[in-house]
Amino acid sequence: MADNISIEEIIKPENLVYAKTGVMTDNITSYCPGCGHGTTHRIIAEIIEEMGIQSETIGVAPVGCSVLMYNFMDIDIQQAAHGRAPAVATAIKRLLPEKFVFTYQGDGDLAAIGTAETIHACNRGENILIVFINNGIYGMTGGQMAPTTLEGMKSSTSPYGRDVAMMGNPLKMTDIVATLPGTYYVTRQSVHKPGNVRKSKKAIRKALEYQKLNKGTCFIEIVSNCPSGWKMEPVESNEWMEKNMFPFYPLGDLKVPAE
Amino acid sequence: MAKVRGAIVVDIEKCKGCGVCVVACPASVIELSPNVNSKGYHYAEPVNHDACTGCTNCAVVCPDGVISVYRIKN
Ligand code: SF4
Ligand code: SF4
Repeated sequence: MADNISIEEIIKPENLVYAKTGVMTDNITSYCPGCGHGTTHRIIAEIIEEMGIQSETIGVAPVGCSVLMYNFMDIDIQQAAHGRAPAVATAIKRLLPEKFVFTYQGDGDLAAIGTAETIHACNRGENILIVFINNGIYGMTGGQMAPTTLEGMKSSTSPYGRDVAMMGNPLKMTDIVATLPGTYYVTRQSVHKPGNVRKSKKAIRKALEYQKLNKGTCFIEIVSNCPSGWKMEPVESNEWMEKNMFPFYPLGDLKVPAE
Repeated sequence: MAKVRGAIVVDIEKCKGCGVCVVACPASVIELSPNVNSKGYHYAEPVNHDACTGCTNCAVVCPDGVISVYRIKN
């Protein structure tokens, strides 16, 4: 008897358990199908909603695919010059210390042109959150090799695969910043599976709570995909990421507070 | 016996047909439609809706946040 409940009877406002947060705008994102940027935006927005800090949060957008972040999240956002997001966030946080300030940067922005800003903001222990999307490629500009591109990984500028003898080794920015005294919480997560999305969300929430307590820089890497740049179907790109990216960029905490 | 039943609603026009929800659903509820939306994407649709438990996995992993989930206990 009870089993005969129809779908229409389930789909009623009082039974709603999950819907897109209002901190995301209704705009369709500019991201390719299956790209982890959208998921990461959404979980940041969900935490902002859950913590009730929509009017107290300021994001700093990078140059790269997520340059238009202000179209997708309904919070104050400043777009920074390429790689300079941690410097801009430093200024915002110092002038408005009661605000929650985060940067959102891809690997082309954070680990190449922005290496200096990233390392020095972390070393100064600026009380900001840095969200680092690492998909091992320059997505927006056409899939060129990034500092984070894996050895042997093909890109439009390493068509035979990254040759480390000629092109150097992939850079583990997260491992580097974890060694700096200014960082308080450093973790590497992903958003390709429901369990991972939930873990990433917890990490971002923790970081914002630490920021409230003035603990120093929190740095969260999200190892992500670039289906278009990698020339794969979205689901295939997630499988490739598990098999190839995770061994080199293993998921988990790199630095956790002592208590 | 109390049984949890769920249902999903996909915002078809905003779905990009990536298929990430299809593999995330533990109950194999979702498939990509043979039909396309106005952008040309084969949007996601619940084809095995009675198996849905409302676990929210599909919605949690959707890069475009286009799935709403409903759940009841009966
Ligand atoms: S994950 Fe979202 S965008 Fe991708 S197919 Fe499913 S509903 Fe559509
Ligand atoms: S709510 Fe859970 S069971 Fe229902 S369609 Fe989504 S993933 Fe499948």
